Amino acid sequence: MDLVWKNIGALSNIPAQGARRLCIGKSGPPIAVFRTGEDRVFALIDECPHRRGPLSEGIVSGTTVACPLHNWVIDLTSGLALGLDEGGTPILPIRIVAGEVHVGLSLAAGESA
Amino acid sequence: MNMISDPRERLVVIGNGMAGMRTVEELLKRESGRRYQITVFGAEPHVNYNRIMLSSVLAGDKTVDEIVINSREWYDDNGIRLFAGDAVAAIDRNAKTVTAVSGLCVPYDRLLIATGSRPLAPAIPGLGLPGVCAFRDLADVDKMLAAARVHKRAVVIGGGLLGLEAAWGLKQRGMSVAVVHLMPTLMERQLDAAAGQLLQRDLDRRGISFFTDGQTEEIMGVARAEGVQLADGRVIPADLVVLAIGIRPNIDLARAAGLEVNRGVAVYDDMRTSDPDIFAVGECVEHRGEVFGLVAPLWEQAKVCAAQLGGDETAAFASQALSTSLKITGVDVFSAGALMAADENDDEITLRDDSRGLYKKIVLRDGKLVGAVLYGDVADGQWYLQLMRDNVDVAELRERLVFGRAVAEAVSAKPIGPDFAAMPDDAQICGCNGVSKGAIVGAIRGKNLASLEDVRAHTKASASCGQCTGLVERLLGFAAGAAAKPAKKTLCDCADAGHDEIRHAIVAQKLKTMQAVREAFGWKKSEGCHKCRPALNYYLLCAWPDEYKDDSRSRFVNERVHANIQKDGTFSVVPRMWGGLTTPAELHAIASVAEKFNIPTVKVTGGQRIDLLGVKKDDLPAVWSDLNKAGLVSGHAYAKGLRTVKTCVGSEWCRFGTQDSTGLGVKLEKMCWGSWTPHKVKLAVSGCPRNCAEATIKDLGIVCVEAGYDIVVGGNGGVEVRVSDSLARVATEEEVLEYAGAFLQLYREEAHYFERTAPWIARVGIAYVKRRLVEDGEGRCGLHARFLHSQTFVQHDPWADRAKGADAHEFAPLLALAEA
Ligand SMILES: Cc1cc2nc3c(=O)[nH]c(=O)nc-3n(C[C@H](O)[C@H](O)[C@H](O)COP(=O)(O)OP(=O)(O)OC[C@H]3O[C@@H](n4cnc5c(N)ncnc54)[C@H](O)[C@@H]3O)c2cc1C
Ligand code: FES
Repeated sequence: MDLVWKNIGALSNIPAQGARRLCIGKSGPPIAVFRTGEDRVFALIDECPHRRGPLSEGIVSGTTVACPLHNWVIDLTSGLALGLDEGGTPILPIRIVAGEVHVGLSLAAGESA
Repeated sequence: MNMISDPRERLVVIGNGMAGMRTVEELLKRESGRRYQITVFGAEPHVNYNRIMLSSVLAGDKTVDEIVINSREWYDDNGIRLFAGDAVAAIDRNAKTVTAVSGLCVPYDRLLIATGSRPLAPAIPGLGLPGVCAFRDLADVDKMLAAARVHKRAVVIGGGLLGLEAAWGLKQRGMSVAVVHLMPTLMERQLDAAAGQLLQRDLDRRGISFFTDGQTEEIMGVARAEGVQLADGRVIPADLVVLAIGIRPNIDLARAAGLEVNRGVAVYDDMRTSDPDIFAVGECVEHRGEVFGLVAPLWEQAKVCAAQLGGDETAAFASQALSTSLKITGVDVFSAGALMAADENDDEITLRDDSRGLYKKIVLRDGKLVGAVLYGDVADGQWYLQLMRDNVDVAELRERLVFGRAVAEAVSAKPIGPDFAAMPDDAQICGCNGVSKGAIVGAIRGKNLASLEDVRAHTKASASCGQCTGLVERLLGFAAGAAAKPAKKTLCDCADAGHDEIRHAIVAQKLKTMQAVREAFGWKKSEGCHKCRPALNYYLLCAWPDEYKDDSRSRFVNERVHANIQKDGTFSVVPRMWGGLTTPAELHAIASVAEKFNIPTVKVTGGQRIDLLGVKKDDLPAVWSDLNKAGLVSGHAYAKGLRTVKTCVGSEWCRFGTQDSTGLGVKLEKMCWGSWTPHKVKLAVSGCPRNCAEATIKDLGIVCVEAGYDIVVGGNGGVEVRVSDSLARVATEEEVLEYAGAFLQLYREEAHYFERTAPWIARVGIAYVKRRLVEDGEGRCGLHARFLHSQTFVQHDPWADRAKGADAHEFAPLLALAEA
């Protein structure tokens, strides 16, 4: 599998303590790109490990997000559920180049960027 | 016939209740217990459930499923044959068999009688009428709930623990309730007269009426119960009569089988009856002259009985000091041991603060604590109980003991009371659920539990009656050490302070940003969490309407995007229809929007609005723009704020209408829309006492009458139905508007975030609300004025702003990456 870096635009497009959703074509899972209050950026598959709630709509505090459907709290750095809940959602690599955010997409063999 | 016999011994249990099944559970825990093939007969057609929690089911705090202790699978998994709904009719000790009502005959090697007790019935006419029931099992609760759905008036005979819990439950279910009690004060077996009077005063304030010194002579009625007649001639009308005058051990089977019985089935310390192959446990037994009515000693009996059945002949039962409390939300009562001095050698020490409704009494004998009665503040109850059980010498603490543990220990400089390190692992901590110290410590350490809630969730300790909460908390402190969280009810885990404390400081210390609040209270997380941020955002908005800038990042998604998220990630859109009124033009606009944006579901809501469901997030601004053009604005169906004002047609059209209910509804909605409140708020205006708008189950309801308007508050039609309390009757629409604004403002300023008006009023009492709104006219005007002032900042349509492009980033995806 190859990692392909995609420039998704300026950091300022994402609200601090918030997230935006990325859509990859029609079939790919939605990706949530989070920006914390301290301008750290994380990308996660936008599906809560509980019942696939859209994490991008949750409240972001520190480096956690609370799922809007039933309030599971997910750690943005690992994608894992915190507290007594168990489960996780995949995370994607991020880099910021000159104020622009790049997400690392891994493409399965046969696909191209 | 199959001649290959099961090599195991046969244990038959009569009674599928709390003590019987606990014995079986204890037996299964033992290696030696596996030698039995177990058969259980239960008269009730159910699995074993937590009888204690019937009160909570009645009051609507728990569902039947939530109180099941042993599920069907549990019986199956453990190879237990259960005959539920088939009572045992006879025991044949010679043949060693039991025969059930169905005719089924089962042989036993060992027999366990756990038939519990029966409700006592007074010797009066009318007991057989429909509408008369006891309070013992699920069937009784079903009868009460059925009656509460269609009838209004209930009388409970008996002012003891059970009677009062029944009365409270029925009151919660919307009935008007009277309690008839034979004695001059309530719960006289558990409380002294002073505490009993305080209890009566508090319950009276919550709307339950009392007839003490009341001897019931007859239940009146022809086809069903219609009332009760007291010996002094008073008549109390009733559609439902609940008998709760006491219980009697259920010993009929044992007596018929020739076992030794007194008040209960006589058992020795080893839980054997006079027949060594027959054991008995629970409320049906009598041990050394004592009979039982609480579960704590039954767990001990179950343990001893299981040990004996498993072959441990040394196990012996000894009864211990017990405590009682009442499971009525907000009423704190505790009692243990002696209620008063027995003679002049005993000492009573009391502490009493009438205006705060506090009362404490302790009884000392020979330097030892032998009794405690607490009312209003029961935090130290379990500590007192432990001092009694451990027979601790408290002579030195005499002057301070009544002030509680904190004061007593502060002066003696050493902890007094449970020494957890020395306590054996099987010492029982939670009586209701029979959870031992070992089980709790194991869960805390094994699963890294750090809060009381976690311990409750994992062990059930303190999850039923709550009496042992203090003890569990201290055990948590002992087992988890510094990791344990404070027990106080805090805003969230980030803070050590509670809601009221924080709200007060926001105003008093002029804290105007979330950061300032977090600093003032030493928040543990610098940005807070998803629990405290929405709460603080609301509290600040409420306190400083003209200064505080709403933080959209601290709002739940629905309030941030002004639509309701659905489980598939789409949204629903509900335009406002003032007072439930609409026009052909509005309906046209809604229809075109639904067609244009392919909105899959269009539904009429319970609040008299139209809900467009399944709108894609990207489409929201365009949908709103189209609706705006027809004059439709946000209905705030997503907000912790005013949702709807439901009306019926009133005097304009209806032949029964007494006032213009629709017009008044529109005025109320125009005044209140846009407001943010601790939780959602629903209003209704009914044009006559027929109450077609269901005003009595709304947060604020108006029922029009010939003479004016009845204002009712605190109703709820959701999961926990609560009928509203009546606040006032006023003569004019202007007064209605003033009371409504003042009520909403009081709720806004004083309720906890996420608390509906119903639980808020249940917590503070309707008397308090009346004091602020009815008795204090000046205060009412002030509240109303503050409400109107804060409304001036919020009454603009959020949809219009967003249709014009505000917060555009909320609605469009960041970037659509094309695939391949
Ligand atoms: C509403 C309510 C609230 C309570 N609150 C509290 C509380 O807060 N704290 C507390 O400590 N205690 C409380 N109690 C008391 C507690 O529930 C009892 O002490 C406990 O249930 C007794 O257990 P048991 O097994 O002896 O009897 P039960 O639990 O009554 O079980 C006996 C079972 O045997 C069945 N049975 C009887 N005869 C036969 C037969 N011939 N054949 C087959 N089955 C038969 C009965 O139908 C019943 O199911 C409360 C009780 C009630 C009713
Ligand atoms: S789907 Fe996320 S908490 Fe349930």
